[in-house]
Amino acid sequence: MLKYFFKRLLHGIPVLIAVATLTFIIMRLVPGGPFDEEKKLPPEILANIKAKYHLDQPVITQYLLYLRQLVQGDMGPSYKYIGRDVSDIISDTFPVSITLGLLAMLVVLGVGIPVGVWSAYRQNSIVDRGCVFFSTLGISVPSFVLGTLLVWLMSHELNWFPPALWEGPRHMILPALALGAPFSGYIARLTRSAVLEVLASDYIRTARAKGLTEPIILFKHTLKNSIYPIVSVVGPLTAGLVTGSFVIEFIFSIPGMGSFFITAVTNRDYPLIMGVTLVYALLIVLANILVDIIYMWLDPRVRV
Amino acid sequence: MNLLSKLSVGFLFVVISAAVFAPWIAPYSYETQDTFNTLATPSLNHLMGTDRLGRDLFSRLIYGTRVSLFIGVSTTLLALFVGTIYGAVSGYAGGRTDSVMMRFVDVIFALPDMLMIILITVMMGRGVSGVFIALTLVSWVTVARLVRGEVLRIKEYTYVEAAHALGSGNFRILTQEVLPNILGLLVVTLTFRIPVAILAESTLSFIGLGIAPPFSSWGTLANEGWQAIKFYPHLILFPSLAIFLTILSFNFLGDGLRDYLDPRNQARFG
Repeated sequence: MLKYFFKRLLHGIPVLIAVATLTFIIMRLVPGGPFDEEKKLPPEILANIKAKYHLDQPVITQYLLYLRQLVQGDMGPSYKYIGRDVSDIISDTFPVSITLGLLAMLVVLGVGIPVGVWSAYRQNSIVDRGCVFFSTLGISVPSFVLGTLLVWLMSHELNWFPPALWEGPRHMILPALALGAPFSGYIARLTRSAVLEVLASDYIRTARAKGLTEPIILFKHTLKNSIYPIVSVVGPLTAGLVTGSFVIEFIFSIPGMGSFFITAVTNRDYPLIMGVTLVYALLIVLANILVDIIYMWLDPRVRV
Repeated sequence: MNLLSKLSVGFLFVVISAAVFAPWIAPYSYETQDTFNTLATPSLNHLMGTDRLGRDLFSRLIYGTRVSLFIGVSTTLLALFVGTIYGAVSGYAGGRTDSVMMRFVDVIFALPDMLMIILITVMMGRGVSGVFIALTLVSWVTVARLVRGEVLRIKEYTYVEAAHALGSGNFRILTQEVLPNILGLLVVTLTFRIPVAILAESTLSFIGLGIAPPFSSWGTLANEGWQAIKFYPHLILFPSLAIFLTILSFNFLGDGLRDYLDPRNQARFG
């Protein structure tokens, strides 16, 4: 298992290098640079700044320099937050974003799976139709629409939750809901179809025939066998939550990586853009590896 | 098709008509200012109220439909076109070509897509073309993967073998035998991908990085409304509703189409 884990980790490295390369190309393809400001700097100073950040060198040299730096674990200094390294900014903002992501994941699975199971158990009833209808509503509502609605209703009108910032558990509820709810509709639909398939199988009929109680059939036989499709989408789901979080961070003024990414892009803060993109990509790669390992642990048939 | 799909078709028809006939439907132009009536609440004069500059929200929403819908539909069509060709060639060629081509797709797939869309849009200069290029570049890989999978399956069928035996060339087999069989999949994919594109564009414009003035999409309007949400919630309500209902309709339509085109579903022959 450990050997498999390291092998997968090794496979992730070329992906990360490719991500770095593509990001680098996109950043440099377009004219203009981080120090082209409205207030023109004297040419000597500009030249000095550029020399300091190696921006005076050919692009390919800059690329190789960056990669060499990166391999040594150094993501370079930020161009705009003077005196701060990209790794400092990331270690400040990463915990915020990951907390938000994990809470949202909790919402996604905690709402999606029970609703899906309930819906499947009452197939074609009013409950089922209601669940399917509401999960399609959930899939269709953009998280920024839900987020702004929650802010307006829960903060401005009812005053139940704070509308912004990230200072305690009360600040986390609305963002996690806004980020997670759209995805939970998707999980509910997936769970429903997986459970329906299992419920129609022979071994469930056998379990019923030998008189097992419903809770045992549900937890020991049905859920255990319908969990695979859900586990397999947790990887893409993580990617969705991770890259979806910056809108939520924007709405709720949360000081996470997403907020910094947006400012970094508008400022052309190359090292910061690179750093955040790479951390996000690494997260997605790791999530996919984790999912495969859980899958192997659950299903003896795919064990190596 | 079920009732929800039919209702969705009706709603989408209204939305598309609004986009096409915007100048005839909208009561005002999108930049006319009613300076005595700024930030008005909905009334008979201004069905959805007016914004900070006294511009009629209903008219701006109708013009915004043009931008949002154009981007949603055109990027999806282009992504579908590129993705289908790429996926079909890759799947049909198989072997080494296939694995090299798919490795490239995997890399693009591993990119955090929304980040790339933001990056490309801002770098290209905010505007319709930037958003268009960004969305297309990121979304064609999904189509390529889907199509490749289908082609891999179809090319093993005996009718493809028969076409080979009858002396058809590869191009003829692809266009005459394989493509007609994935048409259903393509239609369903189109219906499900358009809302994804609309969502991405509106999200981008909502955070202020997408469509730039003087053009405005639904997302831009939502962004303007967001800045005044505490006291004038109607300004964000209507654009949000437009985005939500449009995406919802496409999803219901997609569900209906998928069931309808499913060969296991016999109802349509009855």
